Amino acid sequence: MSRFLEYFLIASYIAVLLVISHWIGAQAYSWLPVEATAEAQKVDSLFSFLTAIGAFIILGLVGMMVYSVLFFRAPKNDYSEGHPSRGDIKLEVLWTAAPTLLVLWVAWQGFNIYQQLDILGLQQVVHLHTPLEEPASAASISDIPKPADETIEVFVKQWDWSFRYPNNVTSNELHLPVNRRTRLNMHAKDVLHSFYVPEFRLQQYIVPGRDIDLVVTPTRMGEYKLKDALFSGTYFALMDANVHIESLEEYNQWLTTAEQQPLAIKNQAVAEYTQPPKTLLKTGWYTVAPEPPAIAQSAPPKRLTANERKVMNDDT
Amino acid sequence: MTTHDSIDTTPQNDPENNWRHYFSFSTDHKVIGVQYMVMTFIFFLIGGLLAMLIRAELITPASNVVDRPLYNGLFTLHGTIMIFLWIIPFNAGISNYLVPLMIGARDMAFPLLNAISFWILPPSGLLLISSFLLPNGTAQSGWWSYPPISLQIPPGQPINGEFIWIVSIVLIGISSIMGAVNFVTTIFWMRAPGMTFFRMPVFVWSVLSAQLLQLVNLPSLTGALILLLFDLNFGTQFFKPLENGDPIIYQHLFWFYSHPAVYIMALPAFGIFAEVLPAFSRNPLFGYRSLAVASLGIAVVSIFVWVHHMFTSATPGWMRMLFMVTSMLVAVPTGVKAFGWTATIWKSKLHLETPMLFAMGGAAMFLLGGVTGVMLAAVPFDIHVHNTYFIVGHFHYIVFNTITMAIFAAIYFWFPKITGRMYAEGWGKVHFWLTFIGANLTFFPMLPLGLQGMVRRISSYDPRYQGWNILASLGGFLLGVSVLPFIANIVGSLLYGQRASNNPWLATGLEWTTTSPPPRDNFEEIPVVKRPPYDYGDPKYSVIEPHDYHQQEN
Repeated sequence: MSRFLEYFLIASYIAVLLVISHWIGAQAYSWLPVEATAEAQKVDSLFSFLTAIGAFIILGLVGMMVYSVLFFRAPKNDYSEGHPSRGDIKLEVLWTAAPTLLVLWVAWQGFNIYQQLDILGLQQVVHLHTPLEEPASAASISDIPKPADETIEVFVKQWDWSFRYPNNVTSNELHLPVNRRTRLNMHAKDVLHSFYVPEFRLQQYIVPGRDIDLVVTPTRMGEYKLKDALFSGTYFALMDANVHIESLEEYNQWLTTAEQQPLAIKNQAVAEYTQPPKTLLKTGWYTVAPEPPAIAQSAPPKRLTANERKVMNDDT
Repeated sequence: MTTHDSIDTTPQNDPENNWRHYFSFSTDHKVIGVQYMVMTFIFFLIGGLLAMLIRAELITPASNVVDRPLYNGLFTLHGTIMIFLWIIPFNAGISNYLVPLMIGARDMAFPLLNAISFWILPPSGLLLISSFLLPNGTAQSGWWSYPPISLQIPPGQPINGEFIWIVSIVLIGISSIMGAVNFVTTIFWMRAPGMTFFRMPVFVWSVLSAQLLQLVNLPSLTGALILLLFDLNFGTQFFKPLENGDPIIYQHLFWFYSHPAVYIMALPAFGIFAEVLPAFSRNPLFGYRSLAVASLGIAVVSIFVWVHHMFTSATPGWMRMLFMVTSMLVAVPTGVKAFGWTATIWKSKLHLETPMLFAMGGAAMFLLGGVTGVMLAAVPFDIHVHNTYFIVGHFHYIVFNTITMAIFAAIYFWFPKITGRMYAEGWGKVHFWLTFIGANLTFFPMLPLGLQGMVRRISSYDPRYQGWNILASLGGFLLGVSVLPFIANIVGSLLYGQRASNNPWLATGLEWTTTSPPPRDNFEEIPVVKRPPYDYGDPKYSVIEPHDYHQQEN
């Protein structure tokens, strides 16, 4: 009877845990920023699913530990044996098989959602543009870029983002039309950078010398921040750019306006390089000098070699 | 189990245990072990001070405490010191001390090599830290040292922070490889009669697994760093993207070692849990064979998961999917371990002395570290939180909240064996609670910060992130304070602590059968092992010594 009671209590505990972990999984959506792309919704549902499973495992095992601390304490100086059981082959098989199935299930979910994201295509992400890489005929199908309604070129350098639109307007703000698949064709000038807008749930490294595509479908109008997620040197923290998602009409209107009057371009890194903030500890260690922003770029920037890159020593 | 209580070698009458010995070029594995542990703890304090400066900067959104190049140097050196000069060599130290005792050997297989492995470290560590004094400061490209940013050096300065960083890490790596050769040889060939593989403590299994990983994977990092040095100083173009080099190859070589490095750090911690939890719950280790084999399982699977650090590094979709599955599979052997620890505690007679508190606290926090790890293996979610504070939080739940907690558990657990004295229990508990609260206060806020999109390695941030950052910084300062009772306790107990018996915890394992501290050759005669490990549950096997520390207290 006592054994039956024990099993009953364990089953009840598991039932309660299932309810609680399902509830925690539902809460997980609110821990994330707003969803601004079609992709974000899918990533969030995966996160909710992972949180629910994780909560079940953590609460289950921590619950057992807390129960043990409360009820299995030895009287002081009682160093006699606790429980002689050395193992239980059925239990051990169960707790090896269960996580195996669980992670395969999680991996399957991850795979499905990744396919639905369809941001890069499973076959090919990167188009290598080195002389040694001649296009192979067999690779032609997978090399076809995914179709998109709009293509915007993204240029990134230490420490500045700029974007070139189809009508050759260059800006340091990213404007995207809502509900349209937009291809971002990304180029880095000097070091590795990473394109990251938290509300998009997408991130992609940009490697100098490679053209890297990312396809996004913005779904929510508003203003967001683009960040460089990969450490890019001294003024890394200042690598932000504004992202505007707007209706197609507003987007086209902005493009027309921008074409007619050049945009004021500001660069936080340049501003800070010329006037460093007052800090408690100041070293004046070497830094690569940020280049003042170019006003407009009508032709693709040529690839620079290391010798051509302008490197200045900070004498301050 | 054979006991040797007749040995009356005490620290006083054994010239080998003279304190001056710890400052000499000794070949005794116990002396070398203590040398490792003390030296790495000093580096831990230095790394911790750097972390507190980082947290001081991040308490406000603006950049106002340290300038940006110094901030970059601080997080680069903090990560480097904590990984390469604290956890990995501390594990080498405690393993050095314990492995020969646990397998019934008189010393390591190559004692001279062992001493050389250690003595490479102090100059390498000093060299690394001295780079703060260079005119243009220390390395500033993060502990990953990704090219091409790591190659952006002051023109005309061949000796710079990055150069010093590479040289130090290569030297430390050479020390680790020499250590690994020694550990693997010792465990394979120096076991006492009857010490079969399935009578070895899980700690020895986990050291064996971790050191095999060092042998297989570390040369990849060493090779990558030597190529990086060539790019930096000799004009080669291995990793320079604008000169037909490939910086992504560096990432593959780097993570081929540096992901398994997490297990090189974590496996000995898991081994410590497997020793401490049974001793203080008076239960045999539940599922001993599974837990032993799971150590090797973790090592083998972890060789094939490195690309999960590169899901956003222009990595093709097929590779993302493949490494998602392999990364998640690590959850299986680690899950076996976590279930085994919990089952060991279940229906036991728990004693909550300081080592047990640290072990249970570390094991509980490992669950959050492990679960967030599985989340990160899921590609679509990883793409969102990659390079955010979610990673920093997850990583610190593993390296601090699990591994460093395990290290403290080990120090308290084997302190009587190493020093022959007991530590002060009350101060140990104060240390535990300060550490446990401080660790959660510091590292938990990083998870919501990352989910909200706060990028790691930034020296100033959007004010909307400030709330959680204040909590993390306060937690960081509390962690800094938490080591003070520990240091006072260790130093005070070393000088004035109550004398410890050979086996104050009534634990099983060969190291408890010799004197505290053990004599020069560990055992009066090499023990013959006839019984399974962790025989706490079997009255006929358990060793209860009538003249123990606890009995003396009565």
